[in-house]
Amino acid sequence: MSATEATTGSQPAIRTRGVTRDFKAGQQTIRVLHGIDLDVCPGELTYLVGESGSGKTTMISIMCGILWPTDGDVEVFGTDIYSLSDTDLVNFRLQNIGFIFQQYNLIPSIDAASNAAVPLIAQGMDRLEARDRAVAMLDKLNIADQADKLPNQLSGGQQQRVAIARALVHEPRLVVCDEPTAALDAKSGRRVMDLLREVGVAEDRSVIIVTHDNRIFDLADRILVLEDGRITHDGTDMPEDH
Amino acid sequence: MLWIAIRMLTGDKQKFYGLLFGIAFSTLLITQQLTIFVNLLERGASGTYNVSSADVWVMDPVSRTTDVAYALPSTALDQVRGVPGVDWAVPHLRAQASVRTKDGDLEGVAIIGVDDATLIGLPKNMIDGSTEVLSQPDSVIIDDVGATRMFPGQSPIGERLELNDQRAVVRGVADAIPSFTSTVVLYTKYSQALRYVPGTRNRLSFVLVGAADGIDAKTLSERIEKQTGLKAQTRDEFARDGVQFIIENTGIPLNFGITVLLGFIVGVAIVGLTFSLFIRDNIKQFGALKAIGVTNGKIAQMVAVQAGMVGMIGYGLGVLGTVGFLTAFANDPTFKGFYIPWQIPLISFAAMVLIIVLTGWIALRGVMNTEPAAVFR
Ligand SMILES: Nc1ncnc2c1ncn2[C@@H]1O[C@H](COP(=O)(O)OP(=O)(O)OP(=O)(O)O)[C@@H](O)[C@H]1O
Ligand SMILES: [Mg+2]
Repeated sequence: MSATEATTGSQPAIRTRGVTRDFKAGQQTIRVLHGIDLDVCPGELTYLVGESGSGKTTMISIMCGILWPTDGDVEVFGTDIYSLSDTDLVNFRLQNIGFIFQQYNLIPSIDAASNAAVPLIAQGMDRLEARDRAVAMLDKLNIADQADKLPNQLSGGQQQRVAIARALVHEPRLVVCDEPTAALDAKSGRRVMDLLREVGVAEDRSVIIVTHDNRIFDLADRILVLEDGRITHDGTDMPEDH
Repeated sequence: MLWIAIRMLTGDKQKFYGLLFGIAFSTLLITQQLTIFVNLLERGASGTYNVSSADVWVMDPVSRTTDVAYALPSTALDQVRGVPGVDWAVPHLRAQASVRTKDGDLEGVAIIGVDDATLIGLPKNMIDGSTEVLSQPDSVIIDDVGATRMFPGQSPIGERLELNDQRAVVRGVADAIPSFTSTVVLYTKYSQALRYVPGTRNRLSFVLVGAADGIDAKTLSERIEKQTGLKAQTRDEFARDGVQFIIENTGIPLNFGITVLLGFIVGVAIVGLTFSLFIRDNIKQFGALKAIGVTNGKIAQMVAVQAGMVGMIGYGLGVLGTVGFLTAFANDPTFKGFYIPWQIPLISFAAMVLIIVLTGWIALRGVMNTEPAAVFR
């Protein structure tokens, strides 16, 4: 077990203590996470890597407030998120967290800019104003010219950038991505990581990425390795044996 | 978010139209069938409505409707005239007869004998000719639906008929509400009718009564019953009995009831399936919205807006369809005088709301049960 303390003196972006998660599989209960203590620092691009089934998705879901841990506490920027009421937790996510899903889950019948504007619209911003902000974000991602197109008129890479724009448009303090580069070629994958660092990482913000894409391991500030629900490595590089 | 909900719905053209079709079809079926049902039922009262001037109908105690009547004794007329509060009382004869047309066809018709002097018993309006024609020998007035049936595509005026082997000449066309069976109706003077109707048993079917000023029909009818021992009903009561007779003696309520129920079930099935498919197709998007930070309440609103929109447009189309149907068939004698009672759109609206709520609720449960964590799978 490795308790990873924050390297800076400031408040950690994420702080987990004793996080376990069990899943029921028929009669049996399987423990997927075994009491994870972890501090994720602001201003860093953190990778969570590990073999398939090691619990990466489970861990990241718990850290971003969409999956309840069986046990343990999770603080995101100082808020004990699982002690919030359901509605407060939903609103906390809306204000503070950006999501990039592997299947981008864009809404097919609204154009790219409107898709990217969804978090702002959900926050209650006027639709056209939200759309303008989304176009500005698409511009940062170099696809402002695609703003009026429907998702199915975009290439896979363009769709992903729309999804990234949606994750960043409301300037959340924490961005989480599960396997963002799995479907991309090496060059596009690196480009996406650059974009995420450029737009998502700042002094008071951080990005957590679940991946097993070894082509991009060199781009991380910090790499955490998960093995069978335990963190077995924590450093700026991958361990030798991987 | 509601804008997004609507775009999600209308963006999926196939399902959107499928949903609209389901609701519209269901609404059309329910509205149209109920309309025909009610209008047909009301025809059970057509015999009463056609004689608008009679306040009270007096009949034998066993008589039930204008067409199901037992003969009165000939003394009845004078008895009724003797009741205080009766302004006027006239004889009214209703009988069946066979008519042989010029081409030799045989057709069953209803003969209505109206008071010789006052012509009370005739429908209020004439379409062709005037009521005066009845003073000419052998004159009959035919009802308009009967005219189109017996003399399709030609004017019936001047046509000769053999009515129970007696000569009759059509000299006018009355604007009448057709009977439930759409039987051809021939109006003639009471004295003339007696000649057309053979035998001596049925000489008087009803006594039609006008109430004197200051006495209401209900009071008068009770007084007549008490004093004569005959059955007396106000126009409204008698009309209702005519409707009731059809309800009791035909399979109509059951048949229409089944069709309306089928319309409802088909609606639930089409809308339920399509809506569930629509939600299932969009479940990932809904899941993403939930993860991003849209509350279940907001999601429920989105689904409600989607369902509500489909419901309102589909309902509008369905009612328009019914109106279109009635307009298209306005000149068909079968649908003469058909109208949509205001209660019927309300009923189909309620049915539509029920369909929407039921199917929307089922679909919504799917969304509610989606864990936001599912988006990472
Ligand atoms: N909802 C669930 N119900 C039951 N078991 C689950 C559920 N989610 C995950 N698991 C189990 O938990 C373990 C870890 O799953 P998880 O998805 O976190 O792995 P992962 O590291 O993301 O793997 P991959 O690289 O294949 O995505 C697996 O054994 C999986 O079967
Ligand atoms: Mg995973």
